[in-house]
Amino acid sequence: MASAVAQKTSGPPRPLPRPPGRRRKGTAPRRLPYLLIAPAVLLMLGFIAYPVLSVFYYSAQHYNPTKPWRNGFAGWENFTAIFTEDTHFWGTLAFSLKWVSVEVSLQLLFGLALALIVNQTFVGRSLGRALVFSPWAVSGVLTSAIWVLLYNSQTGITRYLADVGIGEYGTSLLSDTGTVFWAAIVADLWRGVPFFAILILADLQSIPKDLYEAAEVDGASRIRQFVHITLPHLKDAIILSTLLRAVWEFNNVDLLYTLTGGGPAGETTTLPLYIAHTSVEGRDFGYASALTTVAFVILLFFSMVYLRLSKFGGETK
Amino acid sequence: MITQDTTRSPDLSATAAGPDRAGSGPAGRPPVSRRRKKNRAWDEVPRWHIYLPLGIYLIFTLVPFYWILLFALRPTGSTSLVPWPLTFDHFEKVWTDRSFATYFENSLITGVATLIMTTLVALAGGYALARFDFKVKRWFMLALLCSQFVPGALLLVPLFQIFADLSLINSLMSVIIAETVFQLPLSIILISGFIRNVPYSLEEAAWVDGCSRFTAFRVVVLPMLRPGLVAVGSFAFVHSWNHFLFALMFLNSQDKQTIPVGLNTLMGADSVDLGALAAGGVIAAVPVVIVFAFIQKWLVTGFSAGAVKG
Repeated sequence: MASAVAQKTSGPPRPLPRPPGRRRKGTAPRRLPYLLIAPAVLLMLGFIAYPVLSVFYYSAQHYNPTKPWRNGFAGWENFTAIFTEDTHFWGTLAFSLKWVSVEVSLQLLFGLALALIVNQTFVGRSLGRALVFSPWAVSGVLTSAIWVLLYNSQTGITRYLADVGIGEYGTSLLSDTGTVFWAAIVADLWRGVPFFAILILADLQSIPKDLYEAAEVDGASRIRQFVHITLPHLKDAIILSTLLRAVWEFNNVDLLYTLTGGGPAGETTTLPLYIAHTSVEGRDFGYASALTTVAFVILLFFSMVYLRLSKFGGETK
Repeated sequence: MITQDTTRSPDLSATAAGPDRAGSGPAGRPPVSRRRKKNRAWDEVPRWHIYLPLGIYLIFTLVPFYWILLFALRPTGSTSLVPWPLTFDHFEKVWTDRSFATYFENSLITGVATLIMTTLVALAGGYALARFDFKVKRWFMLALLCSQFVPGALLLVPLFQIFADLSLINSLMSVIIAETVFQLPLSIILISGFIRNVPYSLEEAAWVDGCSRFTAFRVVVLPMLRPGLVAVGSFAFVHSWNHFLFALMFLNSQDKQTIPVGLNTLMGADSVDLGALAAGGVIAAVPVVIVFAFIQKWLVTGFSAGAVKG
């Protein structure tokens, strides 16, 4: 994959004709690229970089509009509270890791299988692709709305399964601590697998077809072709999209916020969900900021690995 | 034997990202390929190792869709597995009593505005990345990559502060800005990938003919970018349509709320009105399903051409 990008980033060819510039208006072509990236840079500075910095600032403050008497400089207090007093922190962190690793590995597995299937020629392929990819467009709250209906204890799928003798009446998959994890995983897989499959399918189609023809001539079996041609070709893309996906699953709170609300009994609270609860409902902005800083340190590790693996250093001059 | 089909999928193949195909518009399958594909498809005998797993996966995909339609169309209290007797009461109720008409309008405004802003800003940034070498290019790209790791959900507190300072709380503008900003990094990377696929020599030729850089871009490059712009724009729209937390946080009066927040309030209590929830869900799904049906054949092309992974 890196090579594919490298080919594209060969840099602009030396322009033979002089690029038209508008010197008279004071917009020398040398300034044009800066003008072009200016809106993006300004937006990102104002609404990503500055907020990130202010999160660091707030993390050293007691800042809670509902407790104005306590507000002020806190130093490390928020952080010591997180690591020593907070009874939720380690549990939510552990759940985050469990959630992300199970979710992403299953998405990868099913996504790869689905991509391999719909990459083949068969009657009705376009329709099949459109249908299996369709949950991609549905996300977050709508996914949970759909699965709340499916998991409902009175009129959900379990009722009809009980009718044919599987399970029992009145089972609520979302309020039972034993089933809620897998119930949430299945709901998230429903919309996550298509996304992964689309990414992998895009890469599958960039494998030169003659490689397979040559392997066919040499008498290589389908399995050998998969192991020696398909997998090596997909390797980079799989690693990078898995990393991105892991970060995405870690950050995304829409689904769990609305599907389980983090419950039952805090059983399905990820770290970002905990932060969202602390800030949206608890209004404890200082403490939430300290938690966010901790989350950033974890994400920093991911992004370092990602930047290293994507060979960012070697790609551009 | 199964043959890997890469060249015979004119609608989705990675090579179709090339300018010649990319410029051919929605109905842009070359007739030759269509004929070849058709013949080929009907030569194939159904194979269980494709159809069986695909069928199982299809059931998993479609049952939830069916379920929500079922609940939206059958009367409250019915346990029938077909939506009969058919009723539209739930829709009426959600649309008027639960003010989904307002939510829908707000979501539509937010989505379209996000789409326009994201596409314009990303188009400029992507063109700069694809066509120029400049001093801070490396830093800009690093910033784009890194910002993919910055979660919007974790920036709620400072973003709330900023929008409060700008007096944009309870204005759709706050959500539009936030959605745009978090869509930008990916959109710029995608669009610059698409622009790189348009031969630079075509632009040069236009300059020779006396076009300004802007005219050359508008006349030569822009038409070829159509699939890319459709992909980027629809991502922006769908994301903004679906996203929940920004609207929940920044909009606090009911007449400013968006569809996901409305859906969430329907789910809130234990005594959920399932019919209303289902009808609200169907209303929420309609625009994204339309967008998806429109763009799905460009989706894969979009990803491979845009080098989304790197």
